[in-house]
Amino acid sequence: MAVDEGLKSELQKAGVFLTTVEGVYNWGRRSSIWPLQFGLACCAIEMIATACSRFDLARFGAEVFRPSPRQADLMIVAGTVTKKMAPQVVRLYNQMPEPKYVIAMGACAISGGPFKQGYNVLKGIDRFIPVDVHIPGCPPRPEALLNALMFLQRQIDQQHLTGSGKVRWYDDTEPSEFPIPQYGAKDLVPPFNRSVWHPEKIQRGAA
Amino acid sequence: MNTAIITQNVPKVVWEELSQSFVVPTSDLIEVVHLLKDHAEFEMDYVSNVAGVDWLARKEKVKNADGTETEVEKPGYLEVVYHFYSMKRKHGPVALRCRTNRENPIVPSITPVFRGAEFQEREIYDLYGIQFSGHPDLRRILMWDEFKDFPMRKDYKEPDDYEWEPTPHDEVLEKAQTHYAKPNP
Repeated sequence: MAVDEGLKSELQKAGVFLTTVEGVYNWGRRSSIWPLQFGLACCAIEMIATACSRFDLARFGAEVFRPSPRQADLMIVAGTVTKKMAPQVVRLYNQMPEPKYVIAMGACAISGGPFKQGYNVLKGIDRFIPVDVHIPGCPPRPEALLNALMFLQRQIDQQHLTGSGKVRWYDDTEPSEFPIPQYGAKDLVPPFNRSVWHPEKIQRGAA
Repeated sequence: MNTAIITQNVPKVVWEELSQSFVVPTSDLIEVVHLLKDHAEFEMDYVSNVAGVDWLARKEKVKNADGTETEVEKPGYLEVVYHFYSMKRKHGPVALRCRTNRENPIVPSITPVFRGAEFQEREIYDLYGIQFSGHPDLRRILMWDEFKDFPMRKDYKEPDDYEWEPTPHDEVLEKAQTHYAKPNP
């Protein structure tokens, strides 16, 4: 239940601080998003630049890159995900404690990018894990990553702990882990996770 | 550098003018590599490059004695190309080509002579399927171990796993038409 902003403001002037559990939860979550420290390709360099002093990811409380998935909240998939790497990325995601978020950074992570037609490149990490924010670009500027983080913060602000629109990790019917693809003779098995990946139907006349 | 020494010592080796390289039969490869490494004229100490090539079958015009031309069918083959340099003598490269058939491609490994060729031979095995006899650790290096195909071969069919270009043309258009015939995943 949201508190009326005007009432909140008036009460604060009178020395009464009023909030909701949901508001505190979301405030805490969005203000300390700790990313998982890993990079797959050149996008990782931009991610490092974002974390450094010039762009300063610390302004958003997200500067603590954790080397362990157990301590991370955010997975920034920065770079080309090869089919050989995809099971490891999914496994790392599964190892992260909830709540957890994913930013697919750059053309490769969202679609395969310039390597889309390659036999060994996964055409977007959203085939196996749920992605919260996609950033296009090759590579995206640090500003784009900051924008994605701010977008994610706004998304987190609108999360609900209860009710029908509640977040995935409070819903017993939703999975907390996602199946890790196996190496097959020709491709990953399965090549995508049907429950996660919903490709847009391409509408086109007789080609 | 007098490269004629190679053809003098190993008579089956042929100098190919077009590619500026020596075509070496698989049976003589190790001998030639040892010659390049140990002979005072070469003293090759660095194998800079080992690469695979897949040549398709092609038709070639051959001139007859009376001036007419006949078309000759040349079968396809797999090829391994080596480039040797000498850091000591500051000369090179000497390029060798070793040709083998597509059905049972076996080339002797030069890894026991030049350790630097190990990963490159593994990569050629991975992508072209050429077996290197005598290689100490012949496994796939880039693709996963369970993978069955050899992706750099010309007849490789990649898995149909991407939604196609918005404006397909030529080969991609052909693929797109077969792709759209299938139900959307």
